[in-house]
Amino acid sequence: MNPFDYRRAEDAAGAAAMVADNPAAAFLGGGTNLVDHMKLGVAAPEVLVDITHLPMDEVEALPEGGVRIGANVRNSDLAAHPLIRRRYPVLSQALLSGASGQLRNLATTAGNLLQRTRCVYFQDTSTPCNKREPGTGCSALEGYQRYHAILGASPDCVAVHPSDMAVALTALDAQVVVQDAATERRVPIARLHRLPGEAPEHDTVLNHGDLITAVELPDMPMAVHARYRKVRDRASFAFALVSVAAAMSLGADGSVSDVRIALGGVAHKPWRALRAEEALRDGPATEERFAAAARAELAEARPLPGNTFKVALARSAITATLRQVHAEARGGDGHGGPGGHGEEQR
Amino acid sequence: MSTTSERPAARTGAIGAGPRRVEGPAKVAGTAAYAYEYRAADAAYLAPVQATIARGRVAAVDTAAAEAAEGVLAVLWHGNAPRLRTDAELPGLQQPGELHVLQSAEVHYRGQPVAAVVAETFEAAQHAAALVTLTYEQLPHDAEFSAGRTDLATPKEDHRQGDVKAAEGEVVVDQTYTTPMQHNNPMEPHSTMARWDGEAITLHESTQGAHMVRETVAELLGLEQGRVRVVAPYVGGGFGSKGPLHAPTVLAVLGARAVPHRSVKLAATRRQMFSLVGYRSPTVQRVRLRADAQGRLSGIDVTATVQSARLGDFIEEAAGPAKSMYAAPNRRMGHRAARLDVPVPTWMRAPGECPGMFGPEVAMDELAVACGLDPIEARVRNEPERDPATGKPFSTRNLIACLREGADRFGWADRPAEPGARREGEWLVGTGVAASFYPVVPPVGGSRALVRHAGDGRYVVSLAAADIGTGAWTALTQVAADVLGVPLEHVEVRLGDSALPLASLAGGSTGMMSWGSTVHAAATAFRRLHGDDPAPGAEAAADLPEVAHRDDYAMHAYGAQFAEVRVNTDTGEIRVPRLLGVFAAGRIVNARTARSQFVGGMTMGLSMALHEESVLDARFGHVVNADFAEYHIAANADVADIQAHWIDEHDPLVNPLGAKGIGEIGIVGTAAAVANAAYHATGVRVRRVPLRLDDFLDAVGA
Repeated sequence: MNPFDYRRAEDAAGAAAMVADNPAAAFLGGGTNLVDHMKLGVAAPEVLVDITHLPMDEVEALPEGGVRIGANVRNSDLAAHPLIRRRYPVLSQALLSGASGQLRNLATTAGNLLQRTRCVYFQDTSTPCNKREPGTGCSALEGYQRYHAILGASPDCVAVHPSDMAVALTALDAQVVVQDAATERRVPIARLHRLPGEAPEHDTVLNHGDLITAVELPDMPMAVHARYRKVRDRASFAFALVSVAAAMSLGADGSVSDVRIALGGVAHKPWRALRAEEALRDGPATEERFAAAARAELAEARPLPGNTFKVALARSAITATLRQVHAEARGGDGHGGPGGHGEEQR
Repeated sequence: MSTTSERPAARTGAIGAGPRRVEGPAKVAGTAAYAYEYRAADAAYLAPVQATIARGRVAAVDTAAAEAAEGVLAVLWHGNAPRLRTDAELPGLQQPGELHVLQSAEVHYRGQPVAAVVAETFEAAQHAAALVTLTYEQLPHDAEFSAGRTDLATPKEDHRQGDVKAAEGEVVVDQTYTTPMQHNNPMEPHSTMARWDGEAITLHESTQGAHMVRETVAELLGLEQGRVRVVAPYVGGGFGSKGPLHAPTVLAVLGARAVPHRSVKLAATRRQMFSLVGYRSPTVQRVRLRADAQGRLSGIDVTATVQSARLGDFIEEAAGPAKSMYAAPNRRMGHRAARLDVPVPTWMRAPGECPGMFGPEVAMDELAVACGLDPIEARVRNEPERDPATGKPFSTRNLIACLREGADRFGWADRPAEPGARREGEWLVGTGVAASFYPVVPPVGGSRALVRHAGDGRYVVSLAAADIGTGAWTALTQVAADVLGVPLEHVEVRLGDSALPLASLAGGSTGMMSWGSTVHAAATAFRRLHGDDPAPGAEAAADLPEVAHRDDYAMHAYGAQFAEVRVNTDTGEIRVPRLLGVFAAGRIVNARTARSQFVGGMTMGLSMALHEESVLDARFGHVVNADFAEYHIAANADVADIQAHWIDEHDPLVNPLGAKGIGEIGIVGTAAAVANAAYHATGVRVRRVPLRLDDFLDAVGA
């Protein structure tokens, strides 16, 4: 680890200014990802601007019906919060499926969004990686690919975003509140993370010095029946091979009136499954249509030799999750369908 | 669950009971210091610099920036490191190439230490290590493991009996089974604290044998053994990888030489555990069974292709266990080795047997299916009367008893014969069985124990044995108390210091056979010499007793493992809600710690079945999933109901104590039982570990 300076910011705008002024500065939240990277040599900030004491640690109901989550709210606290558990249980499920208890106690909401890929080559400074060192090449293109992208990748980068929480937030149409040295703005979660293209070193659309201060969830009644299903190689403490966050509302005739689907483990960003949603909306809620929607979403999948199975897995996981949220939605009170507390939540 | 039977010299019944670990309170309270934890006011810290090429030469080393960094005490490389003896005669399996650290410019594997920094703090050492600039003359390397290579070596002549090609019978199983490269990751990483005082060195070391370390270090340095002291009372797991020394220990010794009277500390980082301390070789096992329609074997043919290193040879003897498991007149077992530009493999829990019982035990399941037999019956029909490998009688062999008792306890009788027959909700459910096997290995090195009467009926028992978490502290206390006829709390055992009497290595599951037998002999000698009312200070010592019938019998431990496997019909995810093992491993000295050994072995076997795989990227020559987020070990959520039982086995032939080893057999067979159960659940035969959800996606229709 390199020597570095440590500073505490006075307020959000001040923190943003401190980082914006120094290309080698970084925000310090829970540190569960950044500090690891500093030890590995993946990141070498000269200045850490500690923001953990800033007053951004509340979860509060918004007047118009949504919920505002402070950037510093710890993953454990967010998962356990009554507002989240009651109105957005999919977010609790996603959070609790990630990392370990110890990590969730430290990791913050903003930090979780901004965590970097787990691609083994990104984390290994002895191998080429375009994301870590632009222009050096992508070692994963002909390497270990089990956890890599099947959608939206580029010849420069096939990494995936590792967050579970962000997948649930994507299905929930969250807005990310961003502060720079001068102003505040809102970025829809679906536009926060980028596809790699020719610049995989940029995970998000944020500028250096932009500080996430909060995440806002819109009012979404169908979120009560939403569900997160994470498929992985180990029953806990493993990143998703594929994960699915889904919500569904049914019309009076039982057809799909609205639906949200997001995928994790498949792309450089949390993947909003708009094609699948489009295929399902305003039609009957049948197993055949769930499967057709899943097929539609994966039609453009371009798996790598080491992860071809993820296409079938994603299709099946989408179909199964839709089946489950459909049962939940039909049950109305959330007790009518099977599987509210499945194996996946361990 | 053991019944009482006649034992020699059992006075108190302490042997066979299940007392709590005598060192448990100290470990829980944190007062049991591990090697890196010893407080030293003069501590300094060493950080290795590792090669980023797999083969070639270090052309230049620029240490200026590192030497100028704050807190740096020394920067070592091959140009200035102290010399080690090139003609050292190293004991046991020590690999000279691996241990001759910083002795030349040659690079033999990626991750090889090529420099090291000693500094006042851990952080300063890490930082300065990153400032050392190396220039390489890189040579093409070869790290591509494959059974199809044309340059495979035959390390020793194949074991042959009869003629496998002439074996007759209408049923043939001819398949290839593979196990991956795996890395030992004891909770305590390999750690050393080294301090030179004049021409003497003291090592606090995480090791499986203080005397092995002393002898090796003395040989490398050309010192009298008396000038090397090794202290290792508590060791947080070894699993074989702390049997032989590895590069980090030598680095610490060299680093400490540069800063006399400083205690130089080095603990391998988790990442370094994947390049510096050995690993289990991958195996490719071609297994050919030929049998009659009733499942009686006429031929067993096993070729195991394994990975070794150009730097030093280590053969994972995965074809070994097939030599003596089942009867068949025609047999051939052999090894082929790919010698690559990679680190040298080493022991990992049940080396040879653990991977080597995967292929054959899945093959036996396939044979049972082919013959329409219950898998237990298929094994019973091939039970040998004498050891097939040697023709000798078995001292004891209770494989069938383990299978029968396990079947009763597990509820095997209800099992549908056909695969894919049971579905519960979104899960396909199946059960499987496999046999376990581990030989009674001769101890590695001698042992001697000293029993001293401290007065007031209290006794001190000393030998240098390393308790690597197995429970030796407690079990040896029991043996001494039982023979001396005193309560456990009247015996104080002292272990883990080369200043104490010689002890064999904690390896090959030999601890209780070796140290237990030695303590048994010393305590017996004490009573014989001094009677029941000895004077304070009275002493008696004994050496490891000879085993009279060692060469007359085949001596092995056996077991049977049962698994229930569930496979998800949407995702192919695999869960193992139940594992049950029954073992026949001679006399069980401590029921509590023995259960812990069996259950721990089975847990590690489950981890092998579903998770563990080191991904060596041949382009670079190193393991790329080198941390615990990417190299999966079974987590708590993967481990459900694991039961270990044993049958009461009295085997006076193996040693005076009647103990076989129990440290390793628990991992042997688990993975095959899981794979066989997964087949029973789904009808999909997976011949490779780890089993993964993608193996079952087609079958579940995803």
